[in-house]
Amino acid sequence: MQDEPTPSELTKVVADFLRHDIAPLISGHNAFKLRVAINALDLVTRQLTLEQGGDVAESARLAALVATQGSLLDLNRSLADRIASGDVDLQTPGLSEHLWQTTMDKLAVDQPNYAAYKRELGNKSD
Amino acid sequence: MIEAELTRCVASWCPGATGVTVPAKLSGGASQETWTFDIVHPDGNIGAILRRAPKGYGAAPSRAAGLDNEAILMRLAFEAGVPSPRVLHVLGPEDDLSTGFIMQRVEGETIPRKILRDEQFAEARPLLARQLGTIAAGIHGLPRDKLPVLREMNSTKEIAEIEREYRSFGWPRPVFELALRWLRDHDPGPSEQVTLVHGDFRHGNLIIGPDGVRAVLDWELAHTSDPMEDLGWVCVNSWRFGEIDKPVGGFGSREDLFAGYEAAGRKVDPARVMFWEVMGTLRWGVMCCGMMQRFRLGPDHSMERALIGRRASETEIDLLRLLAPRA
Repeated sequence: MQDEPTPSELTKVVADFLRHDIAPLISGHNAFKLRVAINALDLVTRQLTLEQGGDVAESARLAALVATQGSLLDLNRSLADRIASGDVDLQTPGLSEHLWQTTMDKLAVDQPNYAAYKRELGNKSD
Repeated sequence: MIEAELTRCVASWCPGATGVTVPAKLSGGASQETWTFDIVHPDGNIGAILRRAPKGYGAAPSRAAGLDNEAILMRLAFEAGVPSPRVLHVLGPEDDLSTGFIMQRVEGETIPRKILRDEQFAEARPLLARQLGTIAAGIHGLPRDKLPVLREMNSTKEIAEIEREYRSFGWPRPVFELALRWLRDHDPGPSEQVTLVHGDFRHGNLIIGPDGVRAVLDWELAHTSDPMEDLGWVCVNSWRFGEIDKPVGGFGSREDLFAGYEAAGRKVDPARVMFWEVMGTLRWGVMCCGMMQRFRLGPDHSMERALIGRRASETEIDLLRLLAPRA
């Protein structure tokens, strides 16, 4: 069993240090690269915080859609294959909701400021 | 030192030039580099840009038109009145600078968020969608018999190519599968018109001034195909840079784009344009995944390249908004 602070606490504290203490001192192309670095750390913090809950919900939805068991990767392969073959499509109950929820969960980690994501947060159907 | 070679090179075709200022590298990737410098001349310095393959670089990647072809296309565009930098010199073996070309530097802004936000572009912004339509028509009207040999593409080939690339990653993406099915079901087939297609005509590849578009850049993905491809790509949501209700680069409506295109004498097929917008959205997503692969394999192990892998999801939400809109 590993100790504390947790990985996400560490990535957050490093990102905050770079953001508040270092960024004001850096200019030019290095300032751009530093922002990329801070974004990467913020992304890791978000993933460490949100990933487990998202994966559990995704697995449950997938298991219902493809009626099999397996790892998240296996379940996704199964769904991908069924969409490719035409077995499953937008008429299949639950598919659209599943794809939307999975994608929104991804954006919450990857790019919560993406304009289309923010627009869709306001458009949640129910 | 590149400065010495550039000095010799410039002397060979720019009468009166006395040298060059120290070149600064603007960008450098695996397949090409861009340098900025001035040609020193008693009548006034001439701003210039060198675009070349790095020394020792091998064959261009298969989708690229090649730097020599880029130079030809830019010259054709310039001569036909399409806003383009003037090509000053195409590099030859005697220049000892690898392959590529030198073009006159065009002043203006390329950064999309600045163009969409800064006061100096406020008057130009509402005019840009229509202007881009007219420019696209100019590109598509370039005489085919003067074009260099380019990749010949069509919608069916593009679907196959993008599917092959996506499957090569071995990573299941149900939203991409949905898009591939949609594209196959809506493949419009060979187009009546087959023209030069810029291949990366979008906000981000334009130099813009307060007076409007001053130059179209980055012809490296040029090929021949259905011209509606360029009108679709320019509307891909990622290239609206946050202004998601203005499809054309965040500037304006499709109607404006189409009006500019038709005012130049060419016809728009809106259904084909929508096909190519969906295709373009998927293509950008697959490109993001591909860059992630190249980050792992090298030679570019940069942070920026790694992070692009996490932009694939933006194309998934854009595909869902197009193909399975909610509410």
